[in-house]
Amino acid sequence: MTEVLVGPFNRVEGDLEVRLEVSDGQVTSAYANSPLFRGFEAMLKGADPRDALTLTPRICGICSISQSAAAAHALAAASGASMTPQGALAAAILHGVENLADHVTHFYLFFMPDFARKEYKGRDWHDAMVDRFTATMGSSQKAALDARARLFHVTGILGGKWPHTLAMQPAGVTRAPTAAEKVRIKATFRAFRRFLENHLFGAPIEEFLACRAASDLDVWTTGDAGLFFQAGRSLGLAKMGQGPGRFLSFGAYPLADGRVTASGVWRDGVVAPVDPSEIVEHVAHSWMQGTRAHPFDGSTKPDEEMAEPGYSWCKAPRLSGETVEVGAFARQVVDAQPLAVALADEGGVRARIAGRLIEVARTQLWLEHWVDALDPGARFMGEFEVPESGRGVGLVEAARGSLGHWVVIDGGRIANYQIVAPTTWNFSPRDDAGQPGALEAALVGAPVGNDETSPLSVQHIVRSFDPCMVCTVH
Amino acid sequence: MNLLWLQSAGCGGCTMSLLCAEDPNALELFEDAGIDILWHPAISEATGAEARGVLESVLAGETPLDVLCVEGSIVTGPRGTGRFHMLSGTGRSMLEWCRQLAPLAEDVVAVGTCAAFGGITAAGNNPAGAIGLQFEGAHLGGALPESFRSRSGRPVINVAGCPTHPDWVTETLLLLAGGNFGDDALDSFNRPRFYTDHLVHHACPKNEYYEYKASARHLSELGCMMEHLGCIGTQAVGDCNIRPWNGGGSCTRGGYPCIACTSPEFENPRTTFTETPKVAGIPVGLPSDMPKAWFMALASLSKAATPERIDRNAKSDRIEVPPKPKRERT
Repeated sequence: MTEVLVGPFNRVEGDLEVRLEVSDGQVTSAYANSPLFRGFEAMLKGADPRDALTLTPRICGICSISQSAAAAHALAAASGASMTPQGALAAAILHGVENLADHVTHFYLFFMPDFARKEYKGRDWHDAMVDRFTATMGSSQKAALDARARLFHVTGILGGKWPHTLAMQPAGVTRAPTAAEKVRIKATFRAFRRFLENHLFGAPIEEFLACRAASDLDVWTTGDAGLFFQAGRSLGLAKMGQGPGRFLSFGAYPLADGRVTASGVWRDGVVAPVDPSEIVEHVAHSWMQGTRAHPFDGSTKPDEEMAEPGYSWCKAPRLSGETVEVGAFARQVVDAQPLAVALADEGGVRARIAGRLIEVARTQLWLEHWVDALDPGARFMGEFEVPESGRGVGLVEAARGSLGHWVVIDGGRIANYQIVAPTTWNFSPRDDAGQPGALEAALVGAPVGNDETSPLSVQHIVRSFDPCMVCTVH
Repeated sequence: MNLLWLQSAGCGGCTMSLLCAEDPNALELFEDAGIDILWHPAISEATGAEARGVLESVLAGETPLDVLCVEGSIVTGPRGTGRFHMLSGTGRSMLEWCRQLAPLAEDVVAVGTCAAFGGITAAGNNPAGAIGLQFEGAHLGGALPESFRSRSGRPVINVAGCPTHPDWVTETLLLLAGGNFGDDALDSFNRPRFYTDHLVHHACPKNEYYEYKASARHLSELGCMMEHLGCIGTQAVGDCNIRPWNGGGSCTRGGYPCIACTSPEFENPRTTFTETPKVAGIPVGLPSDMPKAWFMALASLSKAATPERIDRNAKSDRIEVPPKPKRERT
């Protein structure tokens, strides 16, 4: 057995170190370490509950609006407030724009550059990869950056700026759009569709959404997506990096008439309701004091000795004692999107990327639909007052998966605030029972070449999750 | 000019904001200006051992370093060890890396308020012991001592903001790359004056409401947010309303207050971020360079003189009463 330490593991958001045990050219054990502790939950203790709306978005510069949404919903739940219907719609547009941009950022800047590496020279897709995806130089990367920056004009209009807007509040949004802004936003969405269809899919997005079987991906050749599927076939990415096979989603985009995607947990082809009271965070292998607890009763006291068997600042959330995978693919499986369901058993690198592509296409359609439904004459903000005491949970879907904020208010101040972020689920360390986290399990079996110091298979698998490490520990 | 970018204890949002640069985008801007990215954790190819190789080569003096950009605060905890943030794969704390690399750089740029002063990471009871590169809050002396100078002779350049505007970062780097960073280019907190010689108040679309002290009572109302909603744009430095964000936005344009995110210690406001602290009903923290008595006198006069249009619009979430044209239609 040899040991391989991969770090700094870049092109993921934040800090990640992965320790691998390798035997006979395969990973036999993996340990994911989140090496940064900041302590947002401790910072929030004693604060005015409204300050969570300023502080928690700053947990993460890439999922900032997702954190806003979770905080707003947690405070709303604790106070009995709710967003006005149009406020919820504007909030969904803000959140959808961030999620869409995040998926594009992941694909173009974080994930794809690995296929332009010199190690793949000679493959029939390599020249195209070098041209389009060479890190910081690729032609497709630059086109994606331009498109992404223009898409974020919507957050300029509705949210003032991105990241770190304060526009999203428990009772709605701070900015009522005008009729002229509504058509301006629509124009921006149309322009983004042009980018998706010219570059990413090389076809109308509806055509991609018509794919219903895994075999449809084998014949999808157009656009940057087609180039990925081609490379994926030659590298066997469909069979690489299978997760736990259990998928969780809280349901994305809470609108007045319900969530836009289904909530639930997928096990063996069946979707069951999620019971948030079954979420427990374990700490036996975390550098954290205390014992496992439900987030309402959780605490955040770092073990300053960083004592073994701890090996990460990340806690280990479990649902009914089990690991689950979260993210765009999980969300689409739980929502019964036909292609995602067809890929559910595959569940590896290709499936995760396909899940994100499905969600890019669907989010574009949702955004176009939502902006049409904006009513500039309506109320975008309702009433909200900080309660003297109460507790509430805000469950949302960030780009990278299920995000929850649990707040306890006492004496008008925050008595406890606990956060379980998407990558807390995916990249958790082992739990009290020694059960590895979703990534740690997915890495077992990954092929490792003799002279590989940062195995490419491991890089593909890790990045296929699109981890957000700053959210993970927070 | 080459550039090494490290992400210390922050949220990565300043990089995400930088990637919102337009005309041209960040990658093309660097390429056109001859700014060579030695390594950036979000966008470079090199990972693991390759990335460690880049860092070691700089440390050994084999690769001369022009600009070291650090994003995120430097955490000193627990107990001054910095072990709350080990740079992965290296067995060394980010605190140690920053102290070793900074003297080797021609210039050191702290990107964002966390790197400059500690920022949001130092909020509340500052659980991780977050400080800035060369400041701890408003006090000079951080991870690097008060006396620190990079090879150019400059202190750490603090491009503060939470997040930073993409242009604040790119223009700082372009000025450095062209050798055009003047001797008087920094303010007293070592922030580039090209954006801190302005106040967020300048060109704020709520200025007419401010003139009459026509105040918003609740978030989403159009009126000025200084009296009730915690806005400190009249004291906060930044050209946020002159140079728009994400196409055309700013905090006050988005309907929420300026919280002075370019300032040290903004993370711990006197009350809550979105409520103005008051003494005997009078907001504390009036504009810093105006005598208080004058301000009060003018405020009460202008309040009394507020036109109905401004009064009504201030309390609405949209324009209820349009301006009356000077010349009536005939």
